[in-house]
Amino acid sequence: MTDFAISVKNLVKIFDNEVTAVDNLNLDVKKGEIYGFLGPNGAGKTTSINIFSGLLQPTSGEVIVGGFDVIKNPEKIKEIIGVCPQEPSLFGYLTGRQNIEFFGNLHCIPKEKIRERTEFLLKKLNFNGEGDRRVKNYSGGMVRRINVAVALINDPDIVFLDEPTVGMDPQSRRAVWEFIQDLKKKNKTVILTTHYIEEAEQLCERVGIIDHGKIIELGNPDELKQKYKAKTLEDVFIKITGRKIREEI
Amino acid sequence: MKIQRIKAIILKEFSRMLKDPAMLFMIIIFPIVLTLAFGFSFGQIGSNGESVYEVTVINGDIEGNFPEWSEHFISNLSKNEALEIHVGDDLETAESDLLEGKISAVIYIPIKFGDAIQSYWQYPLDSSQWENVTVDISYDSGSMIASQLLPSLFQQALFDTIYGENTQEISLPIILGSELVKSDQKTTFDYFAPGLFAFASIFLTMTIAQGITDEKEKGVLKRMYLTPIKSEEIMIGLTIANVTTAIIQTAVVFLMAFIMGYRPEGGILFAFLLVTIFSLSCIGFGLITGALSKNAGMAAGISFIFIIPQMFLGTFVSQGPPTIINKLVPSHYVTDALTSLLLRGAPVSSEAVLLDLGILMIYSIVIFIIGVFAFKKISKDL
Ligand SMILES: Nc1ncnc2c1ncn2[C@@H]1O[C@H](COP(=O)(O)OP(=O)(O)OP(=O)(O)O)[C@@H](O)[C@H]1O
Ligand SMILES: [Mg+2]
Repeated sequence: MTDFAISVKNLVKIFDNEVTAVDNLNLDVKKGEIYGFLGPNGAGKTTSINIFSGLLQPTSGEVIVGGFDVIKNPEKIKEIIGVCPQEPSLFGYLTGRQNIEFFGNLHCIPKEKIRERTEFLLKKLNFNGEGDRRVKNYSGGMVRRINVAVALINDPDIVFLDEPTVGMDPQSRRAVWEFIQDLKKKNKTVILTTHYIEEAEQLCERVGIIDHGKIIELGNPDELKQKYKAKTLEDVFIKITGRKIREEI
Repeated sequence: MKIQRIKAIILKEFSRMLKDPAMLFMIIIFPIVLTLAFGFSFGQIGSNGESVYEVTVINGDIEGNFPEWSEHFISNLSKNEALEIHVGDDLETAESDLLEGKISAVIYIPIKFGDAIQSYWQYPLDSSQWENVTVDISYDSGSMIASQLLPSLFQQALFDTIYGENTQEISLPIILGSELVKSDQKTTFDYFAPGLFAFASIFLTMTIAQGITDEKEKGVLKRMYLTPIKSEEIMIGLTIANVTTAIIQTAVVFLMAFIMGYRPEGGILFAFLLVTIFSLSCIGFGLITGALSKNAGMAAGISFIFIIPQMFLGTFVSQGPPTIINKLVPSHYVTDALTSLLLRGAPVSSEAVLLDLGILMIYSIVIFIIGVFAFKKISKDL
């Protein structure tokens, strides 16, 4: 056993023999760390997370999550992770609460605990009553918040959050950020992908700047800014690549 | 294998069916409406327990030599409760009534009708002495039932007229033992009912396929696989939910039919067993379709490739002796077995029923297993 929650060695993912989405990625995430993946569209963030969570098979390389190999022991990994996919994936005909509880049942959490935790998550993510409306009638931001809640129902040790706050209003985004900081206090490991500079700067202890499937720079946000004499991580990215991470919203 | 997961999948399946109006329509409303429609069209409901066919008789022999014979024939026709006889005097009016569907048949009694019967009784054994005439009958070509049922009723009345009502009085070495169709016996609905019971679950193929593609499109199937769930657990939950649905559908159809006066000969419990087995094949087709389809539209399209043959070749839509093609669809066997049980009153242990059951089981299990493998396959590369 290592101290690392996630350990990735020489990870390569090539789609259809032509698109290299992840290009020889090496990465260690410490237990209890909030680790950010920052990079432009198509950099390979989602692909990496899909491999870490066992959804995608790597082309080559080794990935150990929570001490388990993703290829040999994907079932063990599923028990200790929570994943918030980039595209909200929920049952429209179920209520927000029912969606959270459904996934709780798939994790075989005791009924009583599911109920408690669902209530807690709904409260934390600013749902008052709307939790019992059907998801298909939700606003985009509400869907996103339930999407995050589902990822956390099993109180996972390692959480993958793929662009969790896209499309949320500032209040909801703050609620999710607070939540992520709470996770840190409970010694949970969080891997967060984002292209919100502010999000990465505020939350992450270390940021891996990823471009074309490679980590081109890695470090604490403040240290990176110092190193490149930049005001923001955006400037850091520009200094390295000559490009912007994203268009301003 | 965890009961908690399977239970969650079952409940999710029921929510999906109950909360989507389109699904609910397909699963419950459609079979109910269909049963009602068939009941009103072909059953006893709406006609106080019996079908009555209106028939106009034109008596062309009223001024003939022996008008009592034609009048006797008309009174014999009138005695049949299934017939409502009007005596008309204008063939043209009667023919146009027939074309407009106001009546089911026109009988034209020709001149010399009475002479013909008289000549027969005078020389019963010498046909060369008979006066031969033809009674012209036109049927409503728009009604299959009228053209099939009425000739025998008319024949009976004619027979009664010539020989008297008690046909046993004439001593012939052979008598026909078959009872003629009477209105209070089987209705057309009775013939259609077995197919109707099989019909409802055929559409599960479509609702399942759409459910799966929807879950693929929304990413929830993928998300389920981010938890420790196994595809077997999804499969079992889905199968339990849908088999239950098939049983409920059949019960609803049966109840509707019962309310409308349908009384099968027996074998009800076994009928449910047959439908349960049959539903496995529908579920299998649904899984295959769901695995092949990329979106809900495609799922609807592909599922009809399975639904249409099952419907047209194997349920009430298909009447008459089965052809090789009929024998290719599983629904044929469930309808056939149900027909033996419910219509003919065959015992469960009869060879016909057991043979159907055996073939149905093989079909259903094979299709279901193919479906399970197809589903497992897509679960691997979502
Ligand atoms: N299933 C797939 N088949 C083929 N190519 C793919 C597939 N999934 C991703 N890619 C390609 O891999 C590359 C990385 O995509 P990925 O979704 O990982 O980017 P990302 O960093 O998450 O981007 P975004 O910020 O837009 O979410 C892209 O070029 C994408 O087109
Ligand atoms: Mg992405």
